[in-house]
Amino acid sequence: MRQDTNNLPDVVYDVRGLNLWYGETHALKDVNLQILKNHVTAIIGPSGCGKSTFIKTLNRMIENVPGVRTSGEILYHGRDIFDKDLRVEELRTKVGMVFQKPNPFPKSIYENVLYGPKIHGIKNKQLLMEILETSLKASALWDEVKDRLDDNAYGLSGGQQQRLCIARCLAVQPDIILMDEPTSALDPIATSRIEELINRLKKDYTIAIVTHSMQQAARISDRTAYFLLGELVEYDYTERIFSNPRDQRTEDYITGRFG
Amino acid sequence: MDGRTDVRKMIQDNISHKANRVDAVMPKFLLVMASMSVLTTVGIVLTLFFDAFKFFRQVPLSEVFSTDLAPLSADPSFGILPLINGTIFTSLIAMMVAVPIGLAAAVYLSQFASFNKRKVLKPMLELLAGVPTIVYGFFAYSFVTPLLMRLIPSLGSKNVISPGIVMGIMIIPMVASLSEDAMNAVPDAMREGALGLGSTRFEVAVKVVLPAAISGIVASFVLAISRAIGETMIVTIASGSNKNFSFDITQSMQTMTSYIVEFTSGDAGAGTTGYYSLYAVGLILFVFTLLMNLLAQYISKKYREVY
Ligand SMILES: Nc1ncnc2c1ncn2[C@@H]1O[C@H](COP(=O)(O)OP(=O)(O)O)[C@@H](O)[C@H]1O
Ligand SMILES: [Mg+2]
Repeated sequence: MRQDTNNLPDVVYDVRGLNLWYGETHALKDVNLQILKNHVTAIIGPSGCGKSTFIKTLNRMIENVPGVRTSGEILYHGRDIFDKDLRVEELRTKVGMVFQKPNPFPKSIYENVLYGPKIHGIKNKQLLMEILETSLKASALWDEVKDRLDDNAYGLSGGQQQRLCIARCLAVQPDIILMDEPTSALDPIATSRIEELINRLKKDYTIAIVTHSMQQAARISDRTAYFLLGELVEYDYTERIFSNPRDQRTEDYITGRFG
Repeated sequence: MDGRTDVRKMIQDNISHKANRVDAVMPKFLLVMASMSVLTTVGIVLTLFFDAFKFFRQVPLSEVFSTDLAPLSADPSFGILPLINGTIFTSLIAMMVAVPIGLAAAVYLSQFASFNKRKVLKPMLELLAGVPTIVYGFFAYSFVTPLLMRLIPSLGSKNVISPGIVMGIMIIPMVASLSEDAMNAVPDAMREGALGLGSTRFEVAVKVVLPAAISGIVASFVLAISRAIGETMIVTIASGSNKNFSFDITQSMQTMTSYIVEFTSGDAGAGTTGYYSLYAVGLILFVFTLLMNLLAQYISKKYREVY
């Protein structure tokens, strides 16, 4: 699938004409966008513009909300995720998700990280220990927790819990990680640690991150998508969005004249 | 004239004239009402203790904790073990019915049922809890026992299995409803976390929600056991009054509660040892259920998940 000839990066998600309704509320309006491999894609926009809705549609988590309807296509590596034959569990093992508030399970650190591998049938003890260590190292948490892997995850600080959730997500070796305002519940120091982490992860992963902070988008992302009232107003290289936006509405937003 | 001043003056007048008597008396009256139930409980416990004490003075402990129960014979004997045995067997069978069914119902209702199904099913389930126990007893004796006799020809017309099963049915709503509450209290964020890792809904229920709610669930079991231990009508009607010490659940066994029923409805003369034995059995029953309730509280505190 690689389009080497044009030297273009792989497309992980190709969203085509996506509409979404909560009952009568038209929350996403004809969204077209491509998420590129090994890129960090930031999704910004004022509160209520549909950022969470959009990102939750990518792994079909949105279906847990009663009365949601969609139209259009979302191709994940060329395959429509709304395809009847597609198993949503399979999609979600490849598409990891990190939530706004850290949500570890009320289990030990060990059990949290290995939850995914275990339910997906990995039993070999040695392999599990390897996964544990790699995931915790990749999420920059290993040094802080390696001596208390059996402690309950709720004994960790908020920032550590969020990194644990990232480790839990990495443990099933996803292809892309979706993050919905992962630092909004954290203090500035914990936030900068997560940002560093994202910078390191993008070497091996594709990341789509919703953020309410334009500075954060500017710091960590390669591409930025600006949503307003359910519409994708502009999607471009992050530098371009912040230095030379094409749409007046984008400019208003990033210069602080809006929201 | 300014209307506002008028209202202010009226309020001031009313406040200064308001009688304080009601406010002074009311809390005391409420306290008396509230104390009523506490005092009653204390009274019951004291009566139990005093009359049970008289029993234990007349009957040596070695006899009390024997398997020999013959309160009405010429040479009476008051071993309580057959009654404890009967109580444990009926309660165990009840739990074997109520735990799996109640838990399955709770998992279904809280994790799978759509809003509309839940709206219909839950009240129906709770209706079970409102059926008078005498009806359950009759149901056990005249319906379940004959049905079971077709499967087990040697089944006695009074036996332990049938009331055990029916008692289990009776406490299903208790297990289901309390367990469901415990599972509903698990935050949605945790379910989303598990779903996001590719869990099926069943995996979410069993691997995440159940463990997170375990303290509430186990507490519901313990409360259900204590309900089964104290249940009277069903066992009196369907399990009979056989005082032999045996482990044969196809035959009649007497429980602590039905012993008390048998004796109070007969004519145990006040002051006789048999009369005091009622209080002794009552006291033991009380201690049993009290321990169960304490255990339930302990479990829900100790294993309460922090999230
Ligand atoms: N569960 C829901 N039911 C109905 N409407 C919803 C629901 N969730 C979000 N919405 C609506 O959809 C729009 C987009 O919401 P959301 O995606 O949460 O915005 P954002 O994450 O950008 O703040 C809002 O108008 C919101 O009111
Ligand atoms: Mg949001």
